[in-house]
Amino acid sequence: MAETMIGLAGNPNCGKTTLFNELTGSNGYVGNWPGVTVEKKQATWRTDKSVTFVDLPGIYSLSPYTPEEVVSRDYIVEERPDAVINLVDATNLERNLYLTTQLLEAGRPVVVGLNMCDLLKERGDVIDVAALSERLGVPVVQVSALRNTNLDELVKKAVAAGQAGRVQPGAKCFSPEVEEALEKISQIVSDCCDANLVRWYSVKVFERDSEAVKQLHLSSAQLNQAEKVIKAVEKSRDDDAESIITSDRYDWIAETMGACVKKAPKKLSMSERIDKVVTSRVLGLPIFVAVMFVVYYIAVSTVGDWGTVWANDEVFGEGWELFGMAIPSIPAVVEGWLTAAGASDMVSSLVLDGIVGGVGSVLGFIPQMLVLFMMLAFLEDCGYMSRVAFVMDRLFRRFGLSGKSFIPFLISSGCGVPGVMATKTIENEKDRRMTAMLTTMIPCGAKTPIIALVMGVLVGGADAWWVAPMFYFLGLAAIVVSALMLKKTRMFAGEPAPFVMELPDYHLPALKSWWLHVWERISAYLKKAATIIFAACVIVWFLSSFGFASWEGGDGSFGFLASLPGAPEYSADYSLLAIVAGAISWIFAPLGADSWQATAASINALIAKENLVSTFGTIFGLGEATEGDPVMWQAFAAMFTDGAGVMHAGAMCAFVAFNMLDAPCFAAIGTIRRQMDSPKWFWFAIGYQCVFAWCVGLIINQLWELFVLGNFGFWTVVAFVLLAGMIFQIIRPMPKTEREDEKILAQLA
Amino acid sequence: MTTLRDVKVGESCTVAALTGTGALKRRIMDMGLTKGTRVHVRKVAPLGDPVELTVRGYELSIRKDEAASIEVTGVAQGE
Repeated sequence: MAETMIGLAGNPNCGKTTLFNELTGSNGYVGNWPGVTVEKKQATWRTDKSVTFVDLPGIYSLSPYTPEEVVSRDYIVEERPDAVINLVDATNLERNLYLTTQLLEAGRPVVVGLNMCDLLKERGDVIDVAALSERLGVPVVQVSALRNTNLDELVKKAVAAGQAGRVQPGAKCFSPEVEEALEKISQIVSDCCDANLVRWYSVKVFERDSEAVKQLHLSSAQLNQAEKVIKAVEKSRDDDAESIITSDRYDWIAETMGACVKKAPKKLSMSERIDKVVTSRVLGLPIFVAVMFVVYYIAVSTVGDWGTVWANDEVFGEGWELFGMAIPSIPAVVEGWLTAAGASDMVSSLVLDGIVGGVGSVLGFIPQMLVLFMMLAFLEDCGYMSRVAFVMDRLFRRFGLSGKSFIPFLISSGCGVPGVMATKTIENEKDRRMTAMLTTMIPCGAKTPIIALVMGVLVGGADAWWVAPMFYFLGLAAIVVSALMLKKTRMFAGEPAPFVMELPDYHLPALKSWWLHVWERISAYLKKAATIIFAACVIVWFLSSFGFASWEGGDGSFGFLASLPGAPEYSADYSLLAIVAGAISWIFAPLGADSWQATAASINALIAKENLVSTFGTIFGLGEATEGDPVMWQAFAAMFTDGAGVMHAGAMCAFVAFNMLDAPCFAAIGTIRRQMDSPKWFWFAIGYQCVFAWCVGLIINQLWELFVLGNFGFWTVVAFVLLAGMIFQIIRPMPKTEREDEKILAQLA
Repeated sequence: MTTLRDVKVGESCTVAALTGTGALKRRIMDMGLTKGTRVHVRKVAPLGDPVELTVRGYELSIRKDEAASIEVTGVAQGE
């Protein structure tokens, strides 16, 4: 049998993901559609590998306004799958059929799957399937994606429709006047497109859908002719063409509902009863806080944390015990193998320090992510996630973010990797990108040793309650300031995203699709750890363990430092990392932290942020000293003390602030890369984080120098200029976007 | 002209016209708020915005600013 390609289309929350998982077992490819952060999933049918399904994003319409809708219609119209399965939520038929009427016109054979019929029965409503099928002009199959009923029949019908290759004419859903106008337009466009797409393009020309009209390459005479037809209808209906099309569709659907659906008298459903409490004015906020606390408590401070500690300190650390049986750690096991195989010092170091150490610190987050994703997937699948946006929207909209940004921020205080991944639940693309860019500025678990170190230096280990919250405040302030500034850049400017959002019914997620949801994200992360993060760790390992024997008595030769003759115990000073760090450390001079050690620590911190502290331990020759050791505090403070014995606390704060706000660790960078799935956006995000962190560090250091130590210089002026620039960017009016420019040009013409 | 913004919680009304433009207007229409549709204002969010509507048998949430672009008639108590 020939290969068959089937697109799955449907509204959000219609059970499409469940259907896809049931059909494929989620064996396929998960990525993004080119150029946008919209997820693309593709996999073969379990029963017959020659059938491939493409899961289109959940959409309400085929308008040209959102990336999800554009991706879907381009796929259907241009890539021409053999057939399209349109999954429809029978309990919400009226709105779901609106997309159906548009899919029928898109020039591919459509088969409708009527989902959740069991719920409909409980409600007492009855749908006349035969009548519905007749009215739509396509096969309609009653299915339950959750219980796997009739799914094979649905696919077989779609495969048959695809092989027959007969495209339905589409419902005559418009008023006679509009149908007449469409007939006239179809004569104009029929030469410019495929015969199956005449209806599609006629409607698009009538709607003045500029994206679709562009693809037709009509002459200006043809456009004028069409415009006349459209104007006549607009005049007689006293409305614009786009509204006429939409209204007519819904009117036809209302008629269809009357003809095909018998509704039982309405009772208050379980979902409505739950929502009465959950989003009520009085209890809405307390319930929200309670839910978030539970998520945080389980995923970040208890179960998730045990998982991380177990993975990092035991599996990848000192070994652990299971029922009294000692199980050695992975590094210990690997070390054993290496010794047994007679590996050289260099190979051992590469494998143990570079690969196991680097990738291991990344894999160590897996248990925590598992717990977190399970909770997030539950919140999403049960319907509470959209209530989060409903409750928090007002607060976040002020900063140009979405109410759903709250969840990534909260999670990032534990770990930025799942934090960035959690941005997937934000519908609007701009909000999603902005949140992914900013969320790692919240201090994560791995940054707490740095906070502890600063606390030690500043207050000598006394119980200073205000130091840690100060860093969280710094993170929050950085996010708010960044969001306000970015909102007015070209990349994010524009009309605020409309917040017109469905609040789906609550329901208990099915165990299987819940787990698949979790597994999909974890496996994507694992793949990243095996590729980009692996490569990055090897590079940093190479830089820090290779160098020139330029110490006293050394012969200047290049090689693996530890095996060069006469290498001192702490050879880090002679590594390539020291050379690279020394060469670029001038960048940090305005921050007051231009020693190569500070720069090298910042580079090492890219593997894992807690490395910042351990790197100092190595460089200062303090061995395994931790952030809690007074020796460490002294050594760290000494780095920021000048020849005259003056301690530059501002420089220290600047250095720490830079490391809190700059590009996160490789694991999180890899996740941002995957989430953005566009080199341009990825580098913009990383670049912004580093530049912004540098500016903040500069301002902190220079203001401290000026107001505390009374030093004034060139960089003080720069600090004030930067500060003024930030304030200007925040308060200046929204720049005109291209769309508005076009409008103005159009008016002038 | 009365807009959806002015309709109180617990009241219903009928969409008379949409004054918005572009993506916002299309989105509102796509979600089923077309001319002549009966809308019930179910509740308002804890922080005072957005509002929750019942339209075409499902629940829809919309900001007050966007509700202001929907002109309505026939405001009455109940669903």
